[in-house]
Amino acid sequence: MKIIKAPLEEKEIEGLKIGDEVLISGVLYTARDQAHKRMLEALRQGRKLPVDLRGKIIYYCGPTKTPRGKTIGSCGPTTSSRMDEFTPTLLKAGLKGMIGKGARSKEVIAAIKKYKAVYFLTYAGCGAMLSKYVKKTMPIAYRDLGPEAIYKLEVKDFPLIVGIDSRGNSIYAVRDTPYAKRKRGV
Amino acid sequence: MRVISANKIRDVVSDLCIRANWVLRRDVLRALKAAYIKETNKRAKEILGAIVKNAQIANKEKLAICQDTGLPCVFIEMGQEVKVAGDLKQTINKGVELGYKRGSLRNSIISDPLSRGKSKYTPAVIHIDIIKGDKLKITVLPKGFGCENKTQLKMFKPTAKIEEIKKFIIETVKSAGPDACPPYVVGVGIGGTADYACLLAKKALLRKILFHVPRPTSHVFRLEQDLLREINRLNIGPMGLGGETTALVVNIKTYPTHIAGLPVCVNISCHALRSATSVL
Repeated sequence: MKIIKAPLEEKEIEGLKIGDEVLISGVLYTARDQAHKRMLEALRQGRKLPVDLRGKIIYYCGPTKTPRGKTIGSCGPTTSSRMDEFTPTLLKAGLKGMIGKGARSKEVIAAIKKYKAVYFLTYAGCGAMLSKYVKKTMPIAYRDLGPEAIYKLEVKDFPLIVGIDSRGNSIYAVRDTPYAKRKRGV
Repeated sequence: MRVISANKIRDVVSDLCIRANWVLRRDVLRALKAAYIKETNKRAKEILGAIVKNAQIANKEKLAICQDTGLPCVFIEMGQEVKVAGDLKQTINKGVELGYKRGSLRNSIISDPLSRGKSKYTPAVIHIDIIKGDKLKITVLPKGFGCENKTQLKMFKPTAKIEEIKKFIIETVKSAGPDACPPYVVGVGIGGTADYACLLAKKALLRKILFHVPRPTSHVFRLEQDLLREINRLNIGPMGLGGETTALVVNIKTYPTHIAGLPVCVNISCHALRSATSVL
């Protein structure tokens, strides 16, 4: 079991290969559908992002409300493929890691390889268990989105499995997007 | 006439929302534990173990089993002799809001599907059946949308062969792949109209998973078992990382249909199949 720190260093990223089980400590940023849509809009309009993504790790997660006395509510991963269309642009902007569940598209895999990033899986449907690894939660952007806001999470020994490594190897069979299929003339 | 107060209904709905989200259904947990024992793929076994552990933590710590506390689907079976002292639908929604707030669950509902907007706790999707008697049965099924998004409906020709229908059901699960959080509980609705087949498939998720599966006594029961076997041969496994356990059970509900049609709907539930029932 490898222990790694967030934000990730380039050497660290290069050392990860698909199937590796790691425990991560440091800072993650949650962002899912609507936050991704807004960030892409901001980039398209030449505006600054609410978080400087360089070197950062995004966790595709919309947690439940934090109960009294706890550091976070239930916080498992949501389906990563819904963020596929936004991901290559964020990787270009410096994003280095993503955590979610499920397969990614050919385009995302290519972008992960091009920008030397890494995609992790974590335990799907295990939000209660995963909450134990989150030490601090703070909403930092898009607060009006409620559970879909960008939250800064401080995590310790958060369990991950490498799903796509920086060489573009994917633990899943590659997911064909409708765009990719059209390009191939299918 | 038996009068039931609105406040009583509201409080029961609230409790059911919390119970469904904190305490995994006993039959589902039992099926997951049995799958864990049976599974031979090392990684799959480890993930199934985590899923069971997660349910135990959620129950103990009063946390939502999954952060997607779903779109609350409320099924009401109201006896003809029952009179509700109040607005039933409004009361149900008040109960949902109360339960979701008390249980620190998630506001995952937006008012306009097109313009989206701020997330709220309501409204629930409510189904009301009027039956004989003087009881009021309330079931809350918080349906997660990772799996709801994988629902498929096909209007088969009335002469379609059973093999085509099986292929469609299995392809639906294959299409879902890892995204709907396997191992799955697969609900299938066959018959009725298009929308009714979809409702049947959803209601099929409420059926208790049997621990000891008896020998098939009907063609539908046999079909359920054949499908389960073939789905588990897909080797999708927990988190789609391989294994023998892709589905825990396939439940089929049928209904009479038109001579020109054969609607079939597949509604998949993730492993966090949550529902809770109370009879007033």
